[in-house]
Amino acid sequence: MTTTLRDEPTLPFQNLELVHGWGLSTDAVGYVFRPSTVEGIREVFGLAERTGRTVAFRGAGRSYGDAALNAENVVLDLTRFCRILEWNPHTGVITMESGVTIQQLWQYALPDGWWPPIVPGTMFPTIGGCASMNIHGKNNFAVGPIGDHILEFEILLPTGQHRTCSRQANSDLFFAAIGGFGMLGCFTSITLQLKKVYSGHLNVEAINVPTLDAMVQEFEQRREGADYLVGWIDGVAGGKGIGRGVIHEANYLKPGDDPNPAQTLRIEHQQLPDTIFGLLPKSTLWRFMRPFVNNFGVRLVNAAKFYASRLLDRGKIFQQSHAAFAFLLDYVPNWKRSYGRGGLIQYQSFIPESTAAEAFKAQLRLAQKAGYPPYLAVFKRHRRDDFLMTHSVDGYSLALDFKITKKNRAAIWKLAAKLDEIVLKAGGRFYFAKDSTLHAASAEQYLGPEAVEKFMRLKRSCDPNGLLETNLYRRLFPESEASANKESLAEIGAQQRHE
Amino acid sequence: MFKHAIIVGASAGIGAALAKQLGMAGCAVALVARRGDEIEQLAAEINTTAKQPLARAYQHDVLNVDEVEGLFQEITRDIGGLDLIVFAAGVMPTVAPDEYNIQKDALILDVNVRGAFAWLNEAARRFERVKRGTIVGISSIAGDRGRRGNPAYCTSKAALNTYLESLRNRIARFGVKVVVAKPGFVDTDMTKGLPGLFWLITAQRAAELILKAAKRGKKTAYIPARWRFVGLVIRFFPSFIFRRLNI
Repeated sequence: MTTTLRDEPTLPFQNLELVHGWGLSTDAVGYVFRPSTVEGIREVFGLAERTGRTVAFRGAGRSYGDAALNAENVVLDLTRFCRILEWNPHTGVITMESGVTIQQLWQYALPDGWWPPIVPGTMFPTIGGCASMNIHGKNNFAVGPIGDHILEFEILLPTGQHRTCSRQANSDLFFAAIGGFGMLGCFTSITLQLKKVYSGHLNVEAINVPTLDAMVQEFEQRREGADYLVGWIDGVAGGKGIGRGVIHEANYLKPGDDPNPAQTLRIEHQQLPDTIFGLLPKSTLWRFMRPFVNNFGVRLVNAAKFYASRLLDRGKIFQQSHAAFAFLLDYVPNWKRSYGRGGLIQYQSFIPESTAAEAFKAQLRLAQKAGYPPYLAVFKRHRRDDFLMTHSVDGYSLALDFKITKKNRAAIWKLAAKLDEIVLKAGGRFYFAKDSTLHAASAEQYLGPEAVEKFMRLKRSCDPNGLLETNLYRRLFPESEASANKESLAEIGAQQRHE
Repeated sequence: MFKHAIIVGASAGIGAALAKQLGMAGCAVALVARRGDEIEQLAAEINTTAKQPLARAYQHDVLNVDEVEGLFQEITRDIGGLDLIVFAAGVMPTVAPDEYNIQKDALILDVNVRGAFAWLNEAARRFERVKRGTIVGISSIAGDRGRRGNPAYCTSKAALNTYLESLRNRIARFGVKVVVAKPGFVDTDMTKGLPGLFWLITAQRAAELILKAAKRGKKTAYIPARWRFVGLVIRFFPSFIFRRLNI
């Protein structure tokens, strides 16, 4: 049907920005607004409604794919909505606006002896983003995702209503909005229970393992007593050595273990070094990494890392600061740029314990056979949780980083679809914070029609006009009422990256 | 390669052919033209062939330049982005050898030049902001020299050439490509019945060549390439000879 000009007001041109997914492999142009108050958020909702646009929430933009993109619509960037509202250093309970970052949080609480119970591999995400994706850490097997530590939150619904949610009050919304990828409302405050620590250090042990089976065995033996466990896998190694790698186990120090906690709990003590070998500024390091980000270079680096660990890590326990152990991804600023202009995607899947080892070996073999071995592979143990759109399982996850170029893009997406089949067959799940490639049918299959229907029912009640959308939402839930009503061509060429 | 495109002047000729080819390649395409029925029909045809809702029609007269900002924003929302805009709208009324008609001349300039400014300015400021995009202006070899036949038409195409060159100089450093397409004789409504046509190509062939040039980001593309030599020769004819030629 022919469209003629409508009398809708226009959005200000100065808000038009090219917004990237963190992996730089996907992007979209949107109208970005950065309110710093609840009133400001309401105003943006109103403006979007008047101009017939949808709204996506964006925290620090650390989701790898399209979870915080909203092509040609409104992107509500919450990084200026970042005040700490209440802090009790005796109980470790903190209430924050959703734009507070993990960095702000730990730097605020650590001098009082508290550490965020769950942190991702980087300190830059916002707490609102973490809650929306219900992030996990290297201790997921022991303490669950961040949602398990959120005591309460306030959420502003697109209808303009404000709701306070906890396990007791509005519990349906509590368990759906956490992990609800920003599709139900905007967190305006989040109350979190932090973890008491008695030192700024962790005891860390590195364990070299020759195969994936050995890695699983080590995880199972250690998980009862460990606070953190994470495995690095040499994604290039094949044959008998498939899944070889290094596990790091870390444990909190007990009261009295640290002779000088006042010193180690200081923020200055936690800072990551600015230089490598005391000379090379870290900000330039990605440039030196770039020549190695290819099949040959990664094979070389991984082999060196694996054999060095076999020689040197013979059950030695050493101490590391919380920040140094937790935020590995922050060691090299802008490391993603070493992947080149096409960026990277991270493919992370979660598979029940009984089928995990075989499924992950099949994934690695498939990627290697296709000529696209993952350049980084990280292995973690997980447990089930009660959140409606959960990604977690009682089992393991494997996160695989793939370099994206103009030439390999279509092939990687095809490979990802094959990897999806392995995951679905093994009863596995996926994670929206990392996803770039999943198809709608696969999303429905792993979530189950009941969970999807329940989520959509809640969405219709919280967001009756379908104001909240993202590129990811339209990609994975195209048949939802809200999406279908839009009659938009916005998802044509869902891979927004220009070729 | 292109995922989201606007074709201004999509109801017939090269514009319609471009829209079809983009649609066939899976590109979401906005068809903008004065003749609503034609573009609606064309959009339906593209969507049926492509088996997905790729094309959308927007009735608009390029003389209404005040509509452009709002309509541009509406279109980019509806098609989910923009990486190519083609200004293919144009008029070339018949002008008798002894005719001097300000109404006709003004209309030519309003459609061919003012309309192009309105649409391509809007695209240029967006592409500059997001640091990517391709702008294509359908000019003509008629813009290379002032010919006796239709002074205002030649002027409008020369103006378009200079405007596009200026745009390129302004925004190429932001990664934006600006392409001047100069078709020779193309078998369209505009050329129907004109005497002395040669090297006539179909609108489909012209569209293919224009899209190829757009993908490559060529600065100036003669359509087809052999017109480059004609253009070169014509540009270098001394004026005292050129004025004696019946072209």
